[in-house]
Amino acid sequence: MRIDAKGLSFKELNEKVREAVKSGASEVELVNVNGQRFIGDGLTTPVTIVTRGSAGNDLGAFMSGPKILVKGNVADAAGNTMNEGAILIDGRAGDVLGHSMRGGKILIRGSVGYRAGLHMKAYKDKNPTIVVGGTAEDFLGEYQAGGTIVVLALEHDNGRAIGDYVGTGMHGGRIFVKGAVSKDQLGPGATIDEVTDADRSELKQAVEDYCRAFNVPVEQILSHMFTKIAPVSSRPFGKTYAIQSGDVPPKT
Amino acid sequence: MHLSERRRKEEALSLGFRVHDGCGVAGIHNEKGRGIPGSRIVKALEAMRPRYNGLGAGYAGYGIYPRYRDCYAIHLILDDEESLRKVGEMLGGKANIIREEEIPARRHVLYNPPMLRRFFVKPPEQVGGLPVEDPDSYIMNLVMAINSGVEGCFVMSSGKNMGVFKGVGYPVDVADFYMLEEYQASLWLGHGRFPTNSPGWWGGAHPFNILGWSVVHNGEISSYDANRRFLEQYGYKCMLLTDTELVAYLLDFLVRREGLPLKLACRALAPPFWDKITRLSPSQAEIVRALRVVYPNALLNGPFSIIIGTNAHGTGMIGLTDRIKLRPMVAARRGEEIYIASEECAIRSVCGEPDQLWMPRAGEPIISIANGESS
Amino acid sequence: MNPLEIPPEFHIMVDVGKCQLCGRCVQECSFGALRRTDKIEADERKCVACQRCVATCPQRAIMVVDHPLAFALHGTWTEKNRRDIWKQAETGRALLSGTGTDISYPSLFDHILIDSCQVTNPPIDPLREPMELRTYIGRRPRGLEFVEGDSGGLELKTVLPPSIELKTPIIFGAMSYGAVSLETHKALAAAAHEKGTVMNSGEGGLHAEMREYGQNIIVQVASGRFGVNMDYLKLAAAIEIKIGQGAKPGIGGHLIGEKVTEQISQTRMIPTGTDAISPAPHHDIYSIEDLSQLIYALKEATEYKKPILVKIAAVHNVAAISSGIVRAGADGIVIDGFRGGTGAAPTVIRDHHGIPIEPAIAAVDDRLREEGIRDEVSIIASGGIRCSSDVAKAIALGSDAVAIGTAALIALGCRICKQCHTGLCAWGICTQKPELRRRLDLNTATRRLCNLLDAWSIELKEILGALGMNAIESLRGNRDRLRGIGLDHTTLEVLGIKPAGR
Repeated sequence: MRIDAKGLSFKELNEKVREAVKSGASEVELVNVNGQRFIGDGLTTPVTIVTRGSAGNDLGAFMSGPKILVKGNVADAAGNTMNEGAILIDGRAGDVLGHSMRGGKILIRGSVGYRAGLHMKAYKDKNPTIVVGGTAEDFLGEYQAGGTIVVLALEHDNGRAIGDYVGTGMHGGRIFVKGAVSKDQLGPGATIDEVTDADRSELKQAVEDYCRAFNVPVEQILSHMFTKIAPVSSRPFGKTYAIQSGDVPPKT
Repeated sequence: MHLSERRRKEEALSLGFRVHDGCGVAGIHNEKGRGIPGSRIVKALEAMRPRYNGLGAGYAGYGIYPRYRDCYAIHLILDDEESLRKVGEMLGGKANIIREEEIPARRHVLYNPPMLRRFFVKPPEQVGGLPVEDPDSYIMNLVMAINSGVEGCFVMSSGKNMGVFKGVGYPVDVADFYMLEEYQASLWLGHGRFPTNSPGWWGGAHPFNILGWSVVHNGEISSYDANRRFLEQYGYKCMLLTDTELVAYLLDFLVRREGLPLKLACRALAPPFWDKITRLSPSQAEIVRALRVVYPNALLNGPFSIIIGTNAHGTGMIGLTDRIKLRPMVAARRGEEIYIASEECAIRSVCGEPDQLWMPRAGEPIISIANGESS
Repeated sequence: MNPLEIPPEFHIMVDVGKCQLCGRCVQECSFGALRRTDKIEADERKCVACQRCVATCPQRAIMVVDHPLAFALHGTWTEKNRRDIWKQAETGRALLSGTGTDISYPSLFDHILIDSCQVTNPPIDPLREPMELRTYIGRRPRGLEFVEGDSGGLELKTVLPPSIELKTPIIFGAMSYGAVSLETHKALAAAAHEKGTVMNSGEGGLHAEMREYGQNIIVQVASGRFGVNMDYLKLAAAIEIKIGQGAKPGIGGHLIGEKVTEQISQTRMIPTGTDAISPAPHHDIYSIEDLSQLIYALKEATEYKKPILVKIAAVHNVAAISSGIVRAGADGIVIDGFRGGTGAAPTVIRDHHGIPIEPAIAAVDDRLREEGIRDEVSIIASGGIRCSSDVAKAIALGSDAVAIGTAALIALGCRICKQCHTGLCAWGICTQKPELRRRLDLNTATRRLCNLLDAWSIELKEILGALGMNAIESLRGNRDRLRGIGLDHTTLEVLGIKPAGR
């Protein structure tokens, strides 16, 4: 089903989308999208939404189940607190992509802005994943509590795949970056760790996912060296606060 | 609000509280100096409508007064005839008035508009027998004197061959009010506001301007009082109760008075972190460190996305975000036009498919100068 | 039994059930208040509540409390008034005290609250996002000049004047060797070195073993010129001309003879056992141009390679004085408020002269800005800075950094018994007696000072984060982020802050 977003406010557009989903549409295509926010926000059925044009803030926020294909760029906070489902962005994304994500996956063909994967969380089999085809800016994986972030740097303009303060306050999850990462790019709580077999298999799956979505040959990517960034401990701020007077600071 | 607008303003001025804003910004610059009709900047702003709440909007256009290009175009907001009389006297006494008129407007479009006038002036050749050597400083002091000294009167802009048009309303309404479609400018800045308390007062909208510097700003300056008290030592009086005012003054200070190149002035506003300065080349690192040591109170702290218009050395547009990128900014180029806005949709609504589209890095300025060096 | 004897202030209680009569408390009491017979007996007249016995008793069997003796209450004639008169009547001498004033004048810091960000201006996460506390102390040039570099880019032409780089805006204030022990001096220097800040030698010169810390020491040139020679000046990070200190504005340092040991005698070059009472004025500074002369004498001597600071007590005219000091060529001003600590000061001066640091900083900052010279120098505030919020407030009022003295000593164990001037410090901090000095372990002391700086720095970052700032310079002079509570209109005006609610 096709909806023309031209001239529609976000409220009007999203009402139409919800109507379409309620009436049983399994695929909804939005054309002439230009900056409308909250597309797919709060949807819980496994519907497919295709957006053509430049999508606005909070695409797929709080969603649990849908698959959103973005043909174009997306603004800030795409996948905000999403719980399940997939967002495939055939373009680039702004800041705080996947903020507080709890499950599902986001694949971005191009680059992302600041604070991607901020406070991603995981539990048992709910392991959210973000795969970035291009580069990521500062504060990637800030306060990450779980989940997996992969940065492929297939396009970049200055040789750096990621920025600074990576994994600042990280206490769970992992970040894989194609190529080398310098220690001075890490934020407090993050460290460079060994890539295990389990990691390799997870990485392979994530990369294959990305390549399938954007028609990119897999072998070129997987043959490269990847750096793994992981938390130093599960309690990075254990030594920051004095709990009681007279207490020995807790060991981490 | 049961207080009258005037009383609210007086109260605000006497207590000196600042209005906090959320907002949207946009700018379009034709690097070859060709005219852009005002309707295009309005369209860009309209695309970001969810960012505003109708309590303020404004525009700055550069190149709009070619006939009076050598005059300082003083745009004024006035409460009443009495304020007009007083400011007219002051301007007449201290400068040569080449032309004076009402700013044309569809006055019914906005609620309770103040009086709006523009004076095209030139500083006198001499004052007290001595030649006026620095006309910019002369006019700047005159503007400060009007803002702080003339009751019921505020200067919206004081640059040459440019003007600021602002008021309380949505961007499309403020543009309609000022008949913005009738102006052609090679550079337009636009702003829509979302203030958290009813400002009730036209002077509080963006852009803010001093001489040729205009600023539209999305965000808030947490270091405001530290910056303000630094600038006030040099004669700048912050009167207009929003943070943005001081960004315009800061640039005038750093570029015109301290002689810093534009790029370095922007660096001083959002310098790299100390522990990242070591990554720069030794001569660059030395410069940045010196900027931070000598101008610590040029550093703007807090989230911001700002677009600056200037005609200091040729017409130019600058975009800058805070050091840790807490506010959005997107830029694009298409042929001879550069666009900067809070959101991509604003750019796409006026330019279709750009040749290049990118998001600037935190603290790194985008500089677009007409027929000059852009970066 | 002399009925005119001054009643004891404290009461020592020994729990005989727990006491093992090991005699440790007797050893530890440096004031001679305890002795062991078939039980522990106390001469309470000598007890000063330094709590050393309490802290060292292995059975926790001993307790020191306020003496329960009732003083008939009288609103005008307080207990303190009565005790002071008895002492004066007994001795015929001026009263002397250690530690800063103990009178409860209202603390302005305790009437100032700090803003926080909500919604319209977000706070910044202090744990995960970078927070910059780096501060430079020294003169700043009025502008910057650039030249074209060889490769076409710009290069800096201006040479920045010398400065001290601090990792945190907290330095250790001046405490002289003599007033404090060598171990204390060393611990301060070692901690300053480790934490990227500086300590201040105070006016007693430097012991030879302090040399290695030179780059983390501000050396003081005071009216007594103790220990001042080229070596001393050259090894330092900066030089401070001490005009005054908050605890005793208008008079010089006091080190009583009991504390002038052989080592002190060597460092200060005065006879052992004599009192080191620094002259009140510098005898070559009788007017502001003389100060300028001394500043340049020091600059010439050190080839203009070191910042020269001037330390003054906060007095009524502090704003005008500060302006003069800037114009005299100083690179920084240290302003020591009325509540500043001291090893020894005449009690009457300590308790009644000077003004507190809060209005002093506000007045100096305002005046220097009015004159357009604030940015030429650094201002350091001190005098009763007790915690990280005091630091933040002092910076918001207008200072670049703060100096702590008493707080650092408390970190080392000081119980504020106020007997520093006696040289009997049971904690080994401000004594010269070898058997007492031994009690301060250098490594432990250094670590505790480092911890204090760490803790306050973390707290400062939390404060900045709540304010939505990530660089300390954004707080400097930022009066609008402070509000007064329970302050009258004029005080608010002096501080340049609004009342809470506005």
